[in-house]
Amino acid sequence: MAKLKLNSLKKRKNKLADPKYQVEYLSNGIFKNGELPLFQHKIKSSGFTDFKPKPLEIFQINLGYMCNQVCTHCHVDAGPDRKEIMTKETMQLCLDVIEKSGAHTLDLTGGAPEMNPNFRWFVSEASKKGVKDFIVRSNLTIIRANKKYYDLPEFFKQHHVHVVSSMPHWTRGKTDRQRGEGVFNLSIEALKSLNDVGYGMPDSDLKLDLVYNPSGAFMPANQSDLEKDFKKALFEDFGIHFHNLMAITNLPISRFLDFLIASDNYEDYMTTLVESYNPLAVENVMCRNTLSVSWDGWLYDCDFNQMLELKVDGKSKHLKDFDLNSLQNRNIKVSQHCYGCTAGAGSSCQGTTT
Amino acid sequence: MSKSYYDPNDLKKFGEISEFQKELGDNFFHYYNSVFKEGALSAREKALIALAVAHTEQCPYCIDAYTKDSLQRGVTREEMMEAVHVGAAIKSGAALVHSTMMMNKVKKLEG
Ligand code: SF4
Ligand code: SF4
Repeated sequence: MAKLKLNSLKKRKNKLADPKYQVEYLSNGIFKNGELPLFQHKIKSSGFTDFKPKPLEIFQINLGYMCNQVCTHCHVDAGPDRKEIMTKETMQLCLDVIEKSGAHTLDLTGGAPEMNPNFRWFVSEASKKGVKDFIVRSNLTIIRANKKYYDLPEFFKQHHVHVVSSMPHWTRGKTDRQRGEGVFNLSIEALKSLNDVGYGMPDSDLKLDLVYNPSGAFMPANQSDLEKDFKKALFEDFGIHFHNLMAITNLPISRFLDFLIASDNYEDYMTTLVESYNPLAVENVMCRNTLSVSWDGWLYDCDFNQMLELKVDGKSKHLKDFDLNSLQNRNIKVSQHCYGCTAGAGSSCQGTTT
Repeated sequence: MSKSYYDPNDLKKFGEISEFQKELGDNFFHYYNSVFKEGALSAREKALIALAVAHTEQCPYCIDAYTKDSLQRGVTREEMMEAVHVGAAIKSGAALVHSTMMMNKVKKLEG
């Protein structure tokens, strides 16, 4: 088990554990005094007067904020102390809605979704719904955290799940600094066990992708350059294979926002994001084709808005009142954290967007 | 004139040097950008060379820019420091190798 240094903001009773405080913080200071434009105004100037979704493609379900890790930059503020996890009843509501939603991709996230006691039941049921791409976001270390998880690679294979895993770097030093001591070794073991059952192997249709996010207050470099470096290093040093690397920009919320403020990087980072604003990336930000569901069944434009408790606009706010028509006509709720999705090559759970 | 010779905000104004001499400025940036493109050397290797030279030139703007660029490219702390040591070794070696001139001169004058 990886050694944990950090506690969640919630456990530390940090002010930023309160989503309302975060939203306020992101609208004050440099954004209030006019030094930087509000996101809403910025997109308006690129022609987005109405910010509405395109047809729904991805249904992303957060099975809970419990996690075996406590990464320094986690946007979920996840950790072992977080008890918010989805019940079987809410999972049943999700199953009912998957077909109605018409989404071709189902994306399970957390926390560590595998820690939900009904995870396996839910995956088996959901895999019968006939979606084209069924993603589980696994932090890798969970696979080696306890004997009861050792067979997860086989389980994923059995349900033809597409595994997407976070891997901040190909060296131990950088990985452990960001995600906790011991995380690198466990992640390597987990990747090997996924490769062993066929995941990530060249020409294998068992998809294994990695997610990279920068280790500090800077943007990711070019996604395909990073992918080349990761592939070379992981194969040469450990004989590990994977398919694609997705480079994600850190959004200024939750523990990453806490880090930015505490390290006096907040203003510079926000300025970099605003200066790197790319109107082309707005077209494909993930809220435009995704719906995010929280552990308690509420609907959000994306996982980030979920963490800020910005529920979707309109009448259909919960799985119980799911109404695709009304959801398709909603206005997407934006704030200054959205600059993280539109900077540079754009960023989403599927990597760059341009 | 501001109170200090160096202002971090001036780094962002680098592109404005073309304002006083457009043609030469534009030529320089065309050359500069071509140099840093992936070629026989990767963009990552070039960032490390730039970082080492930034130190031997002791240019705060370049150190700022290429530290960030190296981090973005996944360069580790150890790699960055080793690159700086390479620069420092060449710089000190270049000073020391000149001591042969001093030694030659001493030997000539004193026999
Ligand atoms: S970043 Fe992922 S693995 Fe790390 S604490 Fe957050 S949810 Fe867990
Ligand atoms: S943070 Fe969410 S709402 Fe904002 S642009 Fe990104 S995906 Fe859309």
